[in-house]
Amino acid sequence: MTGLVPTAARPSFNTGHLLRTLLPALSMTLILLAIAWLNPRAISYFGFSLMLNLAIPIALATVAQMFVITINELDLSIGTFVGFVGCVTATWLHDAPVFGVLVLVASVGVYAGLGALIHLRNLPPIVVTLGMSFVWQGLAILVLPKPGGAAPDWLKAFMGFQTPFVPFPIIAAVVIGLVVHFGLMRSSYGAVLRGAGGNQQAIGRAGWSLLKTKVVMFALTGTFGVISGMALIGITTSGDANIGNGYTLLSIAGVILGGGEFVGGRVSPIGAVIGALTLALAASPLLTFMHIPPDWQVAANGVILITVLAARALIGRKGA
Amino acid sequence: MRMTRLFAFPWVWSFIGALVVWLAAVNFTGGHGAGGMITAALSLAVFTVIVGLGQMFVITLGPGNVDLSLPANIGLASAVAMKTMDGHDSMIAVGLLAALACGAVIGLANYALIRLLRIPPIIATLSSSFIILSTDIHYGRGLQIKPPQGFADFANVKILGFPVLALFGVVLALVAWVALQRMVYGRSVLAIGQNMRAAKLAGIPVERVRLLTYTLCGALGGINGALLAGYFRGASVDIGNEYLLSSIAVVVIGGTSVAGGKANVPGIWGASLFLVLLLTMLNTFGVSAGLRLLLTGLIIVGVITAAGGHKTGR
Repeated sequence: MTGLVPTAARPSFNTGHLLRTLLPALSMTLILLAIAWLNPRAISYFGFSLMLNLAIPIALATVAQMFVITINELDLSIGTFVGFVGCVTATWLHDAPVFGVLVLVASVGVYAGLGALIHLRNLPPIVVTLGMSFVWQGLAILVLPKPGGAAPDWLKAFMGFQTPFVPFPIIAAVVIGLVVHFGLMRSSYGAVLRGAGGNQQAIGRAGWSLLKTKVVMFALTGTFGVISGMALIGITTSGDANIGNGYTLLSIAGVILGGGEFVGGRVSPIGAVIGALTLALAASPLLTFMHIPPDWQVAANGVILITVLAARALIGRKGA
Repeated sequence: MRMTRLFAFPWVWSFIGALVVWLAAVNFTGGHGAGGMITAALSLAVFTVIVGLGQMFVITLGPGNVDLSLPANIGLASAVAMKTMDGHDSMIAVGLLAALACGAVIGLANYALIRLLRIPPIIATLSSSFIILSTDIHYGRGLQIKPPQGFADFANVKILGFPVLALFGVVLALVAWVALQRMVYGRSVLAIGQNMRAAKLAGIPVERVRLLTYTLCGALGGINGALLAGYFRGASVDIGNEYLLSSIAVVVIGGTSVAGGKANVPGIWGASLFLVLLLTMLNTFGVSAGLRLLLTGLIIVGVITAAGGHKTGR
């Protein structure tokens, strides 16, 4: 009779795996519940529009970071790059649209070139991108020495669009998540790109160009960085060379919160978007409601990150 | 023949680079302030050397090992040191010890996160840096806390144009070199960096060595915070900001392998002097802040590209 109990009590691998997959959504739900409990009025159309105001640029930067993390690299320059794009958007894209577009396209080209350089010379991505963070910041200051400029009207109109029933940031987040999910997780070349992070040698021996995968992934990072910077300026309506500096750390944290891993090409686009939304929600609304002094708001990000990682470690141990 | 053998050392290039940028700056000023430039460079480079040595040991542990919490660590330790000294010369030693302990505890906490949560060091040190930063903002209250006069004087004193702190940096580098090349600890760090599994099978207490290395790196960050606060006559939250890039950059430019298992102590000094003199050169040229950042970034990427390309494998 008692012999039947152990088999039933033994956790199967699938439960652990499922929990792991659901962890990002679970943590966001917890944050939402906390907000709803502290301030029920926040759970409304306008509440979400306000709370998630800055979530879209963060989600885009997180997805940008996710592309390089897929191939086991890291971009420590994404924050200053978003700032640079913001400065170009608030100046050249407004005053001379054709030139502005050319500059932004060229900056994506620089990203693609970096991918090639890192691959061909076997360079440490941390140092290269840290160096590039100075380059982007320097360029941003040269383009826009003092905070100011103006966002193009069409961009302001687009970012301020009021959708019926569901707030715009939520729709945008769903669209971003699904587009990247189908591109990277469901397409055949997406599998090759992830494979370049999982098993480089296998992808190389199967006849795929590793150089091309790196170039494509870095170009994607640059592209989403550009969209992130433009979205940010569409919301803030003016530029500042330092506007994106915090995004580097936020984007890495978002990818990891979303269930991504640093090596092995194991990432999740939808998870990354959820991770970014969680950080955006937790960053200020929750803390303001909880009366946490501004001194400790940065620490809250760290605590959330550590808590989620601890939960993941716990689940991983049970599931193994 | 001797020349070719000398050029085989990776660290030689960093010193040559430092010499080239110094000559460029001196050439621009027409020989004015050539000695002063070296004195200033020595005083500033020593701070990069101190954290660079800590980062070198961490990076040598193998791929993925890096300490991103150093800037926050330096900031907090500078506040701890200055608050402990509280402007009294008699408390200098206690303040230094407090900063050292603060840094060591941060290093220990970093290791605990890495080990207990089984997460990559980048994420562990990143998360902890958020918390350290907040602690510093709360603890330091954003005020500039002044060092005692005796400590500020000590941090700025020079003997025959040679800063005393630089002397400390040289001694520290010598100790690091002995620890790395002649002691069981250093050889263990190198072995772990070359192949962690082999090191474990060979009976090296891998986890104890990693714990020691992260604690050491944290402690060096702590000492650096105290010394910086003395040199710049005050602690502040962002006093350590530039050491995120520079601590990693000097390790790589100095010839230490990012793949781990190969470290280079003299290169840390050469690369630190190079970075500081590079900034001095750009300042003497009188370029704007934006252009200075741009050129610094481009030169770092350029140097890494030139120095990189060792096919060490992962």
